[in-house]
Amino acid sequence: MSCCGPVPTRDEMDEVSRLVTAKLAAFLRTLRDNGFAVGLAEGQDAAALMTAGYAKRPGLLRSALKHLFSARKSDWEKFDGLFDAFWLGKRVRSRSIATGSAKAANNPSLKSFQNAAERQAGSDAATDQIPSADGSDSERSGEGRMEGASRADNMAEVDFRKLADPEQVEQAHQAAADLARIMRARLTRRDLARRRGYRLDLRRTIHRNISHGGVPISLVNRRRKDKPLRLVVLLDASGSMSMYTGVFLRFIHGVLDEFREAEAFLFHTRLAHVSDAMKERDASRALDRLSVMAQGAGGGTKIGESLQTFNRWHAARVIHSRTCVIVVSDGYETGDAALLGREIAALARRCRRIVWLNPMAGWQGYAPEAAGIKAALPHVDLYAPANTLQSLTALEPYLARL
Amino acid sequence: MKNREEIAERLAASGYIADAELATAISLMNLLKRPLLLEGEAGVGKTEVAKALASVYATELIRLQCYEGLDQSAALYEWNYQRQLLSIQAHRGEDADRVEDHIFSEKYLLERPLLAAIRREQPPVLLIDEIDRADDEFEAFLLELLSDFQVSIPELGTVKATAIPHVVLTSNGTRELSDALRRRCLYHYVDYPDVDREARIIMARVNGAGASLALQVARMVESIRKEELRKVPGVAETLDWAAALVGLDIGNLHDASEQVFETMMCLLKTQEDKVRMTREVTARLLGKVA
Repeated sequence: MSCCGPVPTRDEMDEVSRLVTAKLAAFLRTLRDNGFAVGLAEGQDAAALMTAGYAKRPGLLRSALKHLFSARKSDWEKFDGLFDAFWLGKRVRSRSIATGSAKAANNPSLKSFQNAAERQAGSDAATDQIPSADGSDSERSGEGRMEGASRADNMAEVDFRKLADPEQVEQAHQAAADLARIMRARLTRRDLARRRGYRLDLRRTIHRNISHGGVPISLVNRRRKDKPLRLVVLLDASGSMSMYTGVFLRFIHGVLDEFREAEAFLFHTRLAHVSDAMKERDASRALDRLSVMAQGAGGGTKIGESLQTFNRWHAARVIHSRTCVIVVSDGYETGDAALLGREIAALARRCRRIVWLNPMAGWQGYAPEAAGIKAALPHVDLYAPANTLQSLTALEPYLARL
Repeated sequence: MKNREEIAERLAASGYIADAELATAISLMNLLKRPLLLEGEAGVGKTEVAKALASVYATELIRLQCYEGLDQSAALYEWNYQRQLLSIQAHRGEDADRVEDHIFSEKYLLERPLLAAIRREQPPVLLIDEIDRADDEFEAFLLELLSDFQVSIPELGTVKATAIPHVVLTSNGTRELSDALRRRCLYHYVDYPDVDREARIIMARVNGAGASLALQVARMVESIRKEELRKVPGVAETLDWAAALVGLDIGNLHDASEQVFETMMCLLKTQEDKVRMTREVTARLLGKVA
């Protein structure tokens, strides 16, 4: 009934615009389902475009809506498929396009080339490195001793999973908590040293000295507003990690307690935000509260899905420009390894550094062969072992440089 | 300036060969009064879009280059302290309030790009380059400016925009931009041009480049981009190379394979890439260029 008569009546016009609006709303819903961030303002602008004559030419409308609704490259790439599927009734060519895994193949970017090259060569030249357990390392653990972690020294090189008797375990836990405290102290000290005013704030100086007839007697220094380093820890609490989970939970508890800004998440098949539970002052009670959360519901580890949840719901709030994300996991992904690769890449774009701690990397003869860790490694800034206290200590100078 | 064909034509006249989608984006900028966010690899000509736009509108281009630590005094306005100090000395002995009013007047205000952009009679093109390098705080401030187009200066009052500038933002994706800023903007992803468009760009920008050479250069560059390079050559590099070849009086790449190899320095900007593009690789790529 839309355009049969030469002059459509007012009722007909209303009917048409109502239909178009309903269809547009459904399209917006489709876009939102596919991860587009479109709001009311975009919807109104789209409706304005429809009435401005764009609706008559599908090609033009598609291009116009693409600019309006896309907000990032991934949106940009999947928009055409979604538009054609919705408005023109074409089928989306395959699911992989909608989810974007064909991206690298269709549009080989510089980065994907590099990554491929690195994977082939087996080198990690682009990844940051910390010195492994050699001479310089023992020097550092010496510093640690001076600052009071003396109980740790005889245990520094013992793999956590070899700690059998409860007393030793308790010692390791205590050492992990101490370590977190030392890390905080060093990082803050560095902050303060940098804060000494670094240039004149002329605007305030002039203002304050008007009463002196403009002679700048009292100077106002401008200080650098330093954002404290924020740590976000994502801990794998799946079955394969069970021998390490306890120590790391204790470490995280220490980190949350001592760092001004830190957040912690647990994941196995789901992701859980545990900062609140970990804020409990008493460590053992905090760990008790967590033991329920840490038990995997069902088997397996879905690192990719957990990261997806993190990126979708938590990342914007939790991550700022001076954030270091620490993922503690063995990388045994039972879900989709490609998804893990994509999500860790998205995370890498958001935060300052990603550190991947793999307890197994300290084992002799271990090579990162698991599909999950292979997919993640190209996007990780630092890949380090974390099976001993020493390897945790080695992390601190790295964080101090951020 | 309603339809995109006209916009594309006028961009071409100013030396920027746009694809149809970019022309649509620019017509939408006018229609919806939204800023345009351009993303893409370095060297695909994002900044050039703003320059071409300024010449199409025959208006001024105001550029704000973002960097880490960029703050309001470098982006928005600053007082001219030297003159203020002199003025305070000159008015010594007068009423302090009057002196204060005097030195915080328009005369002592230094416009920085953002303030300049909203105080022009004729709406200028405001290019906010590499917004991803600025801090989160600056981004939030920018968002406010881009929605209200007014600025409050405590000593002077609120300055309202006399004309809404055409705003173009560019980003290289070194940092994830906030969703709020992305939503505020129209989005366009600038990709490397295809062979045909790149050849037309060469012909438009390099004096003396014939059609056949331009096409050869564009094909060669396209195949170089497919190699595993650390720094993929952008359009600017292509233009440099084409200009170098024209300067060496080369009309056909096949007749001068030695010079082709020697002028590769225009395209390859890292040592690793140089090592990778050996004589043999160059010859192989050259062989594929018809």
